Parts: sequence; C-alpha cells; structure tokens
Amino acid sequence: MSEHHPPRRPRRETVTYASAHGAAGAPGPAGRPPAHPPARSEIDEQTTLGHTYVRSLMRSQLRAALTALGALALLVGSLPLVLALPAPEALVWLALGVGVHPVVWGIAHWYVRRAERNERDFTGLVER
Amino acid sequence: MNRTHAVVAVTAVVLATVLIGALGLRISRTTSDFYVASRTVRPGLNAAAISGEYLSAASFLGIAGLVLVQGPAMLWYPVGYTAGYLVLLVLVAAPLRRSGAYTLSDFAEARLESRRARRLASLFVVGIGWLYLLPQLQGAGLTLEILTGAPDWVGGLLVALVVTGTVAAGGMRSITFVQAFQYWLKLTALLVPALFLLAAWHGDGAPRARFDAPAVLRDHTVVRVADTVRIGLDAPLTATVTGRVDSAPYTGRTVTLGPGTHHVLAGTTLAFEPGAKLPERMAGGTDPLGWSQPLAGGRDGHQLYATYGLILATFLGTMGLPHVAVRFYTSPHGRAARRTTLVVLGLVGAFYLLPPLYGFLGRVYAPELALTGSADAAVLVLPDRILGGLPGDLLGALLAGGAFAAFLSTASGLTMSVAGVLTQDVLPSRGVRHFRLATLLATAVPLGVGVVASKVPVADAVGLAFAVSASSFCPLLVLGIWWRRLTPPGAMAGLLLGGGSALAAVMATRAGLAPGGWPHTLMAWPAVWSVPLGFLTMVLVSLATPRRIPPGTPALLARLHLPEEITGAVPAQETRPDAPSEVRR
Repeated sequence: MSEHHPPRRPRRETVTYASAHGAAGAPGPAGRPPAHPPARSEIDEQTTLGHTYVRSLMRSQLRAALTALGALALLVGSLPLVLALPAPEALVWLALGVGVHPVVWGIAHWYVRRAERNERDFTGLVER
Repeated sequence: MNRTHAVVAVTAVVLATVLIGALGLRISRTTSDFYVASRTVRPGLNAAAISGEYLSAASFLGIAGLVLVQGPAMLWYPVGYTAGYLVLLVLVAAPLRRSGAYTLSDFAEARLESRRARRLASLFVVGIGWLYLLPQLQGAGLTLEILTGAPDWVGGLLVALVVTGTVAAGGMRSITFVQAFQYWLKLTALLVPALFLLAAWHGDGAPRARFDAPAVLRDHTVVRVADTVRIGLDAPLTATVTGRVDSAPYTGRTVTLGPGTHHVLAGTTLAFEPGAKLPERMAGGTDPLGWSQPLAGGRDGHQLYATYGLILATFLGTMGLPHVAVRFYTSPHGRAARRTTLVVLGLVGAFYLLPPLYGFLGRVYAPELALTGSADAAVLVLPDRILGGLPGDLLGALLAGGAFAAFLSTASGLTMSVAGVLTQDVLPSRGVRHFRLATLLATAVPLGVGVVASKVPVADAVGLAFAVSASSFCPLLVLGIWWRRLTPPGAMAGLLLGGGSALAAVMATRAGLAPGGWPHTLMAWPAVWSVPLGFLTMVLVSLATPRRIPPGTPALLARLHLPEEITGAVPAQETRPDAPSEVRR
C-alpha cells in the first residue's frame, strides 16, 4: 500500500558503524556510559546519521507490516475468488463464519512479536 | 411476546450505564482525566472498552438481519469489521499512539503543521461520526418499537439522552468503564440465548435453512408490510390480504397472485398458510434493500466487485473511524497500543462467531422478516419464535438489553470523539463547559436527520461510514506515518477528492440518483476506486509541492517510530515500581 520508500541508503553500513562505535566506546558489560550513548545522541540531535538510524527502523517495521498485509491479502483477500467457484454453501459458512478469525489473529500475533523484536533489536543497537 | 421483561432489561442497562458513568464522574477531576483518562488505561480494560465501543448495532442486530435476507455472503461484514483491526494494528496503532495526538485532527495538525489541514480533518471526523451515529439511533428506535410498540423515534431519543448525559458528565474515564462493561454484557447477551436456541433447534430435528430458494414458512404467518415493496413470484401464491396489492384494495380476502412482479402497498397485511413459499422482495430504485443486494449475488461480476468494495471499505476504513482512533491515546505507550489491539482482535473475533448463528436460525424460523423490512429485528424475535413462553421472554429480554448496550456504547464513543472535535475546532473557546454543549450538538444532528432520512439496514448504513473513512483518513494516516514527502496541500487534496467522492457517490445512491446496472454498483460500493483515488491524489499533489514538506517531518517521524525508551516519552506513571509487571503482561 505505502511502498513509497524513501531513497535507499546502505543500511548495513549503519549497523557496522554502530557496532564499531559501541566497541570503540568500550563500555564494560555491566556499565552503561553515564551520558547518552553515541548512536542515541545522533538520534536526539537529529543529525543525518540519526535519521539513518530512524529510517532503518522504519524500513524493518514497514517490512513486517507489509508481510502481515500480504498474508492477509493472500489468505483472506483471495477468498471471494475461491468462493465464487461453485462451492458447497457449508464451505462459505465455515470459511467466513469461523475460519477467518483464527487466521487474522494469528497474523496479528506474528506481527506484534515481530514489531517488538525489531524495536528491541534497535534499542539494543543504539543503547550499546 | 411479553414486553415487561424486555422493558425491565432495557431499563437495567440504561441505569447501569448511567450509574457507572456517575462513578466515573467522581474519579475524573482534572481536564486531562476528563479527555483521555490520563493515558493510564491498561491493555485488558482498554481492549474490552475498545471492543465494547466497536460492536455496534450493526454487529449486534444488523449482521444477523442481512444474513437472514441475503445469505452467508453477508458474512463479509463481520470479517471486514475484524480484519480492519489487523490493518490498523500493522500500519497505524503504535505510531498513532506515539504521535501523542488525541483526535485525528490533532494527528493531521501535528504531522502536517497546518491549521487548515486540521480543520478539514475535523470536518471529516464530524461527518463520519454523524454517518455512523445515524444507524445507531435508528437501530435503537427499531428495537424499542418492536419491544414496546413505541413510535420509532423514541428509542433514538432515549439513547441520545443517556449518551449525552453520560458523556457530558463523565468524559472518557467513565466511558472506559462503561464500554468495558458493555463488551461483556453484549457477549453474554448474545451467547447465552444462542446456546438455548441451538439446543431447541437441535431438538427440532435441526432443520436446514436454504438461501438459494424462497424460504418456506413453517407456520401460519401474518406479515405486515411497513414500507411499499415489490415482490417477485415464480409460482402462484395464495394469501389472505388486507390492504392494497397492485393498487387493488382488499379486506381480508383470500387472493391468488399470479407469477410475476407485484406491488404491495405500505400497511398491507398478508396472511400465509403453513408450507407457503415466501415471496422474494425485489430491489428497485430507492428501496433500501437494494443496497447490499449485489453482494449476495446473481449478476456476474457485480457480486465480486461489491465484495471487494466491502472488503476495501471495512479493512481500510476501521483505522479512520473517529471513535476507534481516539481509543489509542489511552494506551500508555506504543507497545501497549499494539498489545491492546491484539486483545481487541481476539475479543471482537469471538463475538462475531455469534451473529451468523442468529442469521441462520432467523432464515429457518422467521424468514418473513425479509419481507417486512425489519430483518434487523431477527435477533430480538427469535427466542419468542423458537422457545416461546417464559424462557423465550427472558432470553428475549437479555437480547434487548444487549442490543441497547450496543447502541449506547457505540453512540457514546462516537459522541465523545465528535464532541471533542467540535469543542476544539468549531466552537469558539475551549474548556469542559463547551465540551458539554458540543456533546449536545453531536447527538442532536443525527437524531434530527434520522427522523427525516429513509431507513437503510443498519449494517449497510454503517458500511457507508467505513467507505468514506477508508478513502479519506486511511490515506492520510498511512502516508502520514510511512511517507516523508507528504505535504499539507497533498493531504488536503487527497482528503477532499478521495473522501469527498466516496461521500458523494454514497449519498447519490441513497437518494436514488444512481442509474441502474454497473453505475449503481460502482456508486454503491465506492471504495474500490475511491481509496486508490485518495492515495494517488495525496501522492501526486505532494510530489508536485515538494517545498511544502513540513520542516518538522523528520523529527516527528522519529517520534512516531522510535520506542519510548529512546525518545524518553514514557509517561511518569510508568516509572512506578509496580509498572513493569503490568506492561509486560
């Protein structure tokens, strides 16, 4: 639906930079630096690099969303075509009355877990 | 049907609503309390409240009525109402919460940094809200008419009064409790009678309903036709008629009508013998039944198109309904907004297992409702029809109470959001006192229109609001959240062209202006073309006005998508020691 991506940027570089940065800053496993971690202040100060971080998160979230919508279109959106074929009426009742709901919930459940994991990964990346 | 029980049940629901509302009044003290329950409503409670608010008259009565008249193809309505939340979840839920805005107008202003865009969005919020309130009040009128024989405006007035009172007195906090209570009430009210009815149906030899042939009446049936209808017969039909058929007057005469089309005038009574085949009602011109008919089939191509029109409208329209959007601001943070939506999907999906059952049983036991134009009443009359006696009365009373809960909860959610927008963008000054005045305005307009407007089956009427919302707010939200180059002129052009054309098409069809055949189908189900139109206009006009990209766009998009741990936007309440366990539920 909204595949209007912002102009592509080399996403992997972002990751490498951050990991390298985290290693160079060398905070011990127990100790967080008292000030904002470097990646985070880039975001706070709205530098170009900070925007790149945000874009990378947006892109992974959009990918998760489009995957979920694709699954919905494939599993539910195709039903009118399937049911337009001569089908026993019981099938219509079963598919639309009962079957659709667990499918929709399943997609939603997958999406929520995926979106939260994306956010966790991102937080881990910038807070390190 | 004994009316006393039903009246007691409706009174109890109304009293409970007022009481819980009054309790909320004591809790809400500050202005922020009043509007968004201070953003501390927990996912479980909030999800029940969202579901309670969402399951309207269309869900409680309308789906069963449409299924009764037109068969299982109508199940696309509940599927669409549910899947709309999935689309909302994946594209909008968390960013919408993180935007920190309260209404869709707030979102438009925050994202586009434009007062004019805000005012235009407000117009659409109010318009969609009123479109959606109208069938709620009409449904209430129908219910009370069937239960007590009161004139059909009384029910609407009652709901309008209770809602105006509760909303004006308690604001959002009390509404949250009221809505959550009403979800469970609605579920119980539909579930318990369904079990008894299914048991009785099973004991009756489990008769099948047929949707591809005229229904056969099981008993001697008297039908009073409320509005003039055209009926089509393919075999001669014998009935005792009082009134006018094909402009010939009859008084209690037994008449045999030949095959073909006949006009039955409003107020005519037809009595059928057991085993008679119920004549099919035919759509024509302004006959409101004609609305969803293409969906049920027959003419090739139309059915598929109408089904996709309904799918697009409901899947994409849910996110732009004013009372749905407001609910996301009561979640403490974006993650909670997502989890709340997941719970909502479960609750709403569970509820929607039930209305189709009533539609099926209605086709077996009360098919003549299709002819009288009050198929929306199927849910209410079934206990009396199938069980009769005291059990029938009691279960009927439970259903009546549930139906009223449906009108009250959806109507109060809509009133709340429409009144919020009216206070902020239409009435001269802000403040809680003006909010109360706005509440009155929010319910008075649809109530007045309802008296003069022609009646459309409630589920269909609600479908219109979805189509407009899908063509206006869906593009605004989706592009606003995911696309950096959206500009105020683009957004406003898209709102006007997408939402405006959907609204115009729907209104023209309702007024009977659409010519027959494909033009009618295209206009009655506008979403297939009006949603792409809205998106395309927003994108093209935005691309043509690149200098108008709001300067704060990057910062705002960062806020919409970054988790609160990073933006530090977690509300103070979150830092309480007991908070984490609650959040990680």
